[in-house]
Amino acid sequence: MKIEITNGKLFQIDDNNTALWKEIKSLRISNGIVSSIDSTTHDFKPDTVIDAQGCYILPGLIDLNVSLREPGFTSKGTIESETRAAAAGGVTTLCCTPETSPCNDSKAVTNLIEEQTNKFRNCRVFPLGALTKGLLGEQLSEYASLKEAGCVGLSNAYHPIKNLSVTKRCFEYAKTHELSVFINPIEPSLHDGVMHENHVSTTVGLQGIPSLAETIAVSQLIQLAEATGVHLHLSQLSAAQSVDLIENAKKKGIDITADVAIHNLMYVDQNVEHFDSMYHCLPPFRTEHDRLALVKGVNSGVIDAVTSAHQPHEAAAKQMPFAETAPGMTGIEFLLPMAMKLHSGKKKGGSVNILKFIQSMTSGSSKVLKSPLPGIDVNQPADICVFDPCSEYTLEYEDIISQGKNTPLVGQKMTGKVMATILKGNISYIRQ
Amino acid sequence: MNMSQDREKNNPLQLTRTGQLKHFLTVSGLSKELLTEILDTADSLIEVGERNIKKVPLLRGKTVVNLFFEASTRTRSTFELAAKRLSADVLNLNINTSATSKGESLSDMLRNLEAMASDMFVVRHSQSGASHFIAESVTPGVAIINAGDGWHAHPTQAMLDMLTIRQNKGKFEGLKVAIIGDILHSRVARSQIRALNTLGVKEVRVIAPNTLLPIHVESLGVTVFNDIEEGLKGTDVVIMLRLQKERMNGALLPSEQEYYQLYGLTKKRLSLANKDAIVMHPGPINRGVEIESEVADCPQSVILDQVTNGIAIRMAVMSMAMSGQTEEKNALIERSKEGNII
Repeated sequence: MKIEITNGKLFQIDDNNTALWKEIKSLRISNGIVSSIDSTTHDFKPDTVIDAQGCYILPGLIDLNVSLREPGFTSKGTIESETRAAAAGGVTTLCCTPETSPCNDSKAVTNLIEEQTNKFRNCRVFPLGALTKGLLGEQLSEYASLKEAGCVGLSNAYHPIKNLSVTKRCFEYAKTHELSVFINPIEPSLHDGVMHENHVSTTVGLQGIPSLAETIAVSQLIQLAEATGVHLHLSQLSAAQSVDLIENAKKKGIDITADVAIHNLMYVDQNVEHFDSMYHCLPPFRTEHDRLALVKGVNSGVIDAVTSAHQPHEAAAKQMPFAETAPGMTGIEFLLPMAMKLHSGKKKGGSVNILKFIQSMTSGSSKVLKSPLPGIDVNQPADICVFDPCSEYTLEYEDIISQGKNTPLVGQKMTGKVMATILKGNISYIRQ
Repeated sequence: MNMSQDREKNNPLQLTRTGQLKHFLTVSGLSKELLTEILDTADSLIEVGERNIKKVPLLRGKTVVNLFFEASTRTRSTFELAAKRLSADVLNLNINTSATSKGESLSDMLRNLEAMASDMFVVRHSQSGASHFIAESVTPGVAIINAGDGWHAHPTQAMLDMLTIRQNKGKFEGLKVAIIGDILHSRVARSQIRALNTLGVKEVRVIAPNTLLPIHVESLGVTVFNDIEEGLKGTDVVIMLRLQKERMNGALLPSEQEYYQLYGLTKKRLSLANKDAIVMHPGPINRGVEIESEVADCPQSVILDQVTNGIAIRMAVMSMAMSGQTEEKNALIERSKEGNII
């Protein structure tokens, strides 16, 4: 397929690792790669022309934390529906968590995910294998065969391992196979709650989860990573102090990276004040102080990547008293419009520049995956997102592509829309 | 500001457009005037309980469903009596929460009950925010009364306590009130603190060990005392909370014995409060655990008045919420008529 993108602002990173925009007239794609930028020759006959006047031309986003729900939870989402949502969000590569049923602790499940992904070709899917069998935190799963089947890393999803000696062995065995370990830092004995423990939880009478439940786990995990030499990636930070701990660990040269879910950059515990279950997420939204520290962490690069922490749910899962509802938000298709809200944040120190955001979801996440820096250049694979940053609209329930409609954004005014996504030189999404 | 906060500010869930009660979910967000109106209405209804024929027709023809997802004898029976004295038809449902988790969802159950043309649900649930959730999901016209949700709120209990305080003290201004016991798990305490502060008492104190205090409890507008004797000095109202036996597990308290030693309300300790101080307890009482038997029965104790007042308060909020719903319904009809004319 031959595609030509005309006009638009091309996202580029200069030699000083600074992101900038470059106005272009034309970008041509053929045979899956970018064949030329601003070429004026007349020999190119595109099958499709995308007019990107006023739009951003970005590398496809890389989302490190996505629940695809298949196999096992297809009432919440399927590989087909959720990768389609990913494409609509400008995502060309995603890592899917092993929390399925059965969980991804065997080659068979990894193969199934690959087969389903290949059927639809909406998005490149990198599975994360289960760190322990059945995610039970007791026995190692077969890392060698998971790696061979295509798992890019290991994770125990939202199931913290209770026994530190098991965690240590997991790290040692993962290091043996040069696999990265993705961990949600949670100390389970302090994690018995549904929102951040602070004065809001005191007022509404919901059980709180103290920041300690995260920071104690972060400290322990950093020490285990240092001792074993494994690459540790900490997923979904929520507390200010975690950012400090990671900054220090990085200074010491420990092989550690970290991400934050986009909604933890946007919301705080006060959003839970009226029991709106859409704001029931784990880790919970904490205070404005925590939110600002996370924003600062993204801006400084201590937090390497931003993710959607995409968790689609059926409507009924959110229609219960707050504590009984399922935690998590759907969000992969709104990453860029949410980033626009962050970009225009009015609070001092509370905003993330859109260029920085894109960097954290492209070069930042590829650094976590230890794979080459993606960038749009001649002779490079064509994974591209065309995004209109000016389009204004109100998000309607029916417009959501993900099977899960669980987002507080419904009914809100949004700015910015993905116009097209190109995966390996083919159009994976185009706005109708 | 997010949408639910926005909506809550412009159109609070429990109030009509003109600021009348249409649900009663929490004391929080209600004005001093509205709380006083509830107390005045209850005052005027106390007399019904003293009549030969204990009935007024305020809810005649209405169906009230007592929806109790958590065991309760006292609260449920006073709600039942209150509804019957208002001439409503009453249906009592005691639902074991495990039964709902097995099959029918809470939403489906509500749909079914609505289909039976219910006008009011009195809801008790073990989860904070359950009555908010129900008020948001029921069809317009159905009033929700919160009879206790998790650790969040128990507004009718708080209001019957306010009525008891007003009867005994005449006013709220200048009063010092101490609440003693398990504040952490107490919906009663949260609602009381809110009501006392709105009604303008001088000081609300909470007295408990740190394990029974929620984090940043002072943000609710209270002074914290770990020492009961210090805390009781100069108080006008002493409110005891029930200590649930299961609190001895989970490393919250070492033993009933040590708790009673440190926080039990004894005659001697009570003497540190003002001479005319009253003693209250939402019941059921654990004699010898949180309160000395003698104190529970002493002239300063108004524990049984609280029960009597409970019926009047519940009659008041039920009739007020029902008339709020009627007002909303009529306003809706008016608006649609206007729409037709245009």
